[in-house]
Amino acid sequence: MIPTNFDYESPHTLSEALDLLASREDAKVLAGGHSLLPAMKLRLAQPAVLVDIGRIGGLSYIKEFADGIAIGATTTHAEVAASEALLRNSPLLALAAAQIGDRQVRNRGTIGGSLAQAHPAADYPAAVLALDAEVVAHSRSGERVIPATQFFTGMFSTALRSDEILTEVRIPRTTGEGVTYKKFHHPASGYAVVGIAVRLKFSASNIDSASVGITGVADVAYRATAVEIALRGKPVSAIAEAAVRAANGVDVIGDYFASAEYRRHLVTVMTRRALDEAIAGRRK
Amino acid sequence: MATPAKAPVRPSQANGKDAWVGKRLKRKEDPRLIRGISHYTDDFKLAGMVYCAFARSPHAHADIKSINTDSAKGTPGVIAVFTAQDTTSIGPVPCAIQMPGLKVPRHPVLAEGRVRYVGEPVAVVVAEDLYVARDAAEKIEVDYEPLPVVTDMEKALSNHTAYVHDEFKSNQAFTHTLKNGDVDAAFKKADKIAKQRMINQRLCPLAMEPRAVIAEYLPGENRLTVWSSTQIPHLLKTQISLLVGLPETSVRVIAPEVGGGFGSKLNVYSEEGVVPWLSMKIGRPVKWNENRRENFMATIHGRDTINDVELALKKDGTILGMRSRILADMGAYHQLLTPLIPQLTALMHAGCYKIPAIEVDIIGVFTNKMSTDAYRGAGRPEATYNVERMMDIAARELGMDPAQFRLKNFPKSKEFPYTTITGLTYDSAKYQESLAKALKLSGYDGLRKRQKSARKNGKYYGVGVSTYVEICAIGPSAATPAGGWESATVRIEPTGKVTLLTGASPHGQGEETTFAQLIADELGLDPDDINVVHGDTAVVPYGLGTYGSRATAVGGTAAYMATQKLKNKMATLAAHLLECKPKDVTFGRRCLSTKTGKKKSLSFGEVVTAAYTAHKIPPGFEPGLEATHFFEPSNFTFPFGAHIASVEVDSETGEVKIDKYVAVDDCGNVINPMLVAGQIHGGLAQGIGQAMWEELIYNEDGQLVTGTLMDYTMPKAHFFPEFVLEHTVTPSPVNPMGVKGVGEAGTIASTPCIVNAVCDALSPLGIRHIDMPLKPERVWRAIRHADSAPAKAESEESPKKQTRKAPAGRRRA
Repeated sequence: MIPTNFDYESPHTLSEALDLLASREDAKVLAGGHSLLPAMKLRLAQPAVLVDIGRIGGLSYIKEFADGIAIGATTTHAEVAASEALLRNSPLLALAAAQIGDRQVRNRGTIGGSLAQAHPAADYPAAVLALDAEVVAHSRSGERVIPATQFFTGMFSTALRSDEILTEVRIPRTTGEGVTYKKFHHPASGYAVVGIAVRLKFSASNIDSASVGITGVADVAYRATAVEIALRGKPVSAIAEAAVRAANGVDVIGDYFASAEYRRHLVTVMTRRALDEAIAGRRK
Repeated sequence: MATPAKAPVRPSQANGKDAWVGKRLKRKEDPRLIRGISHYTDDFKLAGMVYCAFARSPHAHADIKSINTDSAKGTPGVIAVFTAQDTTSIGPVPCAIQMPGLKVPRHPVLAEGRVRYVGEPVAVVVAEDLYVARDAAEKIEVDYEPLPVVTDMEKALSNHTAYVHDEFKSNQAFTHTLKNGDVDAAFKKADKIAKQRMINQRLCPLAMEPRAVIAEYLPGENRLTVWSSTQIPHLLKTQISLLVGLPETSVRVIAPEVGGGFGSKLNVYSEEGVVPWLSMKIGRPVKWNENRRENFMATIHGRDTINDVELALKKDGTILGMRSRILADMGAYHQLLTPLIPQLTALMHAGCYKIPAIEVDIIGVFTNKMSTDAYRGAGRPEATYNVERMMDIAARELGMDPAQFRLKNFPKSKEFPYTTITGLTYDSAKYQESLAKALKLSGYDGLRKRQKSARKNGKYYGVGVSTYVEICAIGPSAATPAGGWESATVRIEPTGKVTLLTGASPHGQGEETTFAQLIADELGLDPDDINVVHGDTAVVPYGLGTYGSRATAVGGTAAYMATQKLKNKMATLAAHLLECKPKDVTFGRRCLSTKTGKKKSLSFGEVVTAAYTAHKIPPGFEPGLEATHFFEPSNFTFPFGAHIASVEVDSETGEVKIDKYVAVDDCGNVINPMLVAGQIHGGLAQGIGQAMWEELIYNEDGQLVTGTLMDYTMPKAHFFPEFVLEHTVTPSPVNPMGVKGVGEAGTIASTPCIVNAVCDALSPLGIRHIDMPLKPERVWRAIRHADSAPAKAESEESPKKQTRKAPAGRRRA
């Protein structure tokens, strides 16, 4: 419950932070600390140096731009959850943020930190996948934009290079669409046993297209493409049938709280409920 | 401290309307605790203090081939490293229980050649700072040779098993039978027999403050002072003197602020032997802090029993007899009271019912796990669970309403004191009144209507009833391992302020407030005039501590009795000064007065001054104002009550939502209703926590797999609906204040109440029992299983269904 020794650096600019990251062995970026510090206390993570980006100005913001909304990496979950701009124009991320952990976690944890940690049961990954978000990373050699669908590479692993810092997330506006985040909470950890992010576009009486991001079910969050295909151009009555495919081809994880068999069942139920909710939300 | 808004207060020696007793007074303790300016053990830093950390076994069962401490010893800042070969002079860790045939394994403070549970201390590192100590503990290299692991109690008792302790050639720690009445005859003549197997799972007490010990040995004075987060400072002092071989007169134990115990600090642990010994060995003060992981692994656990219970019933709902077979997991060693806990379960097996014949057979079993011991309720929740689950199951078998079935089998209030078939004498109760109140408060008939309409809509809504009785005020000394009395010294200081030294050791219960209320009424003072001192063996006379809902009924009575002695003394002095007879002196608000003397009244302060100056005292009068009383209770007390819960089950996910919770409790006279409500709230959260979420799981290798707060669900406030609380008041005749105790009631009553509600909700599916915790997957599986083999309520009528293989958990009598 006490981490091993580590150095601590607290740069004030992004370039200083990038220099530290490039020059120091076994460095880790510290943002809100709500994923990394618990891992360090259990000695599951033993970085040599922490580069705290919490004091770098200009990394915490929610800005509208022509094609959508940009969220700075150190924006807290609480800020995302309460953002008027998001709730009005693209509420999915805010709906997910409101269900993360508890109040303390939401006040400290950041969107960049959560995405970079890539916890298999974190909430944001499902949402950014469903939104086809873009993740912006900086290194000393410049900026790189990574599509969310290519960002999560495995349990606790992402497309980020060790010299890169995640700086921004960009999401589209979802006006007129049906979006929701439906979560089955683990009662102890607050993580998602199953978390379903849904984005539905409609055309007349049919579902034009569906994006479904799922977390908590496999070792990495994924897009439920089988569900999406089953819904494309279909009436809303196709939901129940489509939801059954939520874990098609997925190696479902099991633990002492929820076995793989139960999780597989739960993901179907929760996907159906999320789709129902997204449709109901659109009708409002 | 806040005083109530209505200021004028007259003393009232009992319960007049201006009495302090009965008021919702805010706790005197809270300002310092809420502001974080008080001192827990870890808050003390002594000059020259060093830190220690334990290396613990990662194996559940293994031989220690060798231990290499070189790397740890070589770490800069490390002062010393010790293993079992250094600590042979300490200990062993004590077990206070004696009973015929009880096997008590040697329990060394550090593992000697073999480890028997994950978390068992193997070595200890002393270092200049905590971080070095913890890092160095990780560097201790132990060569283990793993042995077969015993985790399952039933397998542990089979012929093909390894032994936790080879010397016993068995894993059976003891057997205990409580039998009375003609049980066989009862079952022979029964119209129906209701049977159920039920698991009472292992729980973690999870006090907010983990354990902590500081020891300072001063060789010149030969004086050892130990600060420990304990519920039993005096008993610990005695045990530490035995553990480290110092005369008891050289040992002082201080329990500073203690952040919760729930029974887990009603114990004497290895570390409480090792840390004092380290200070003696090294000559510096030594601190040890348990981390949360250690708290999960190496602080006692609660419950962990397998219960096969059957009830013999008449068609009309009369209970004829009861049989119970209980396997109780001891863990690898006995801690202080380990084998006692299931015996409390046996004693309380009659619940609040007339049961003419009973047999309870208990087998204590050794396994490769941490020891079990007293956890909030300690044996009574297990009994109440068995009894109250069976009441519901029996009512269903007989087609009776569970509330009506209970009412039929309660003893009537005029039958009290009521002697149970298990040999206890219940002091006082009004079970019918309590249940009637709960039924009314919950809108029971409305809940049943709601259930009906929910069922019509394919929803699962259930109502659970739990009428409990528990045993408190522990207890008459003859019935306890180390005495059951409590001490109190009341001292009126020369300024008229009052010091109460209590042998109880509050650690969250709020007796600094309630005992002050009690004494303030007796002496005509305000609670702010009374300072309650506890938890320091050098200051407070020997006392037994706080556990078993005993502090108020036994410790409070001791304080009351000591105060009476002082009042008599003050009356004698006042009579001398007022020139009247002592019996004519009455206590008023800060004064003593008489109607018969030449002078009519003296202020409280005048009498106190007279007692200390001793200028004008009657012949033979001892100056000063101090009195001590050791109160020996004549019986236990038996609080009781009726709880009703309603729940909604999501049949697709198995999630249970608690809709309503109503608790009617009777703890006798109430000193502070707000503190009673607090105890009930906390108790309900813990009891419902067991029903719904909490579960310590050891896997087959004996690894604790729910040993962090990320895995072990400690219930949070938002898991619960608003608790609706009410009381009935049936004073206890066994102490002059008529109090019973309330610290554990909520935990005892609520667990079966919730399980009853969930099983009631699912009864249309033929689901009769689901084991705790009722986590969604387990409920879902029960539903799915029922769906695949739809059960019928009265399958006896249908020959077709009789041929169906009865699924496990739905066995029919």
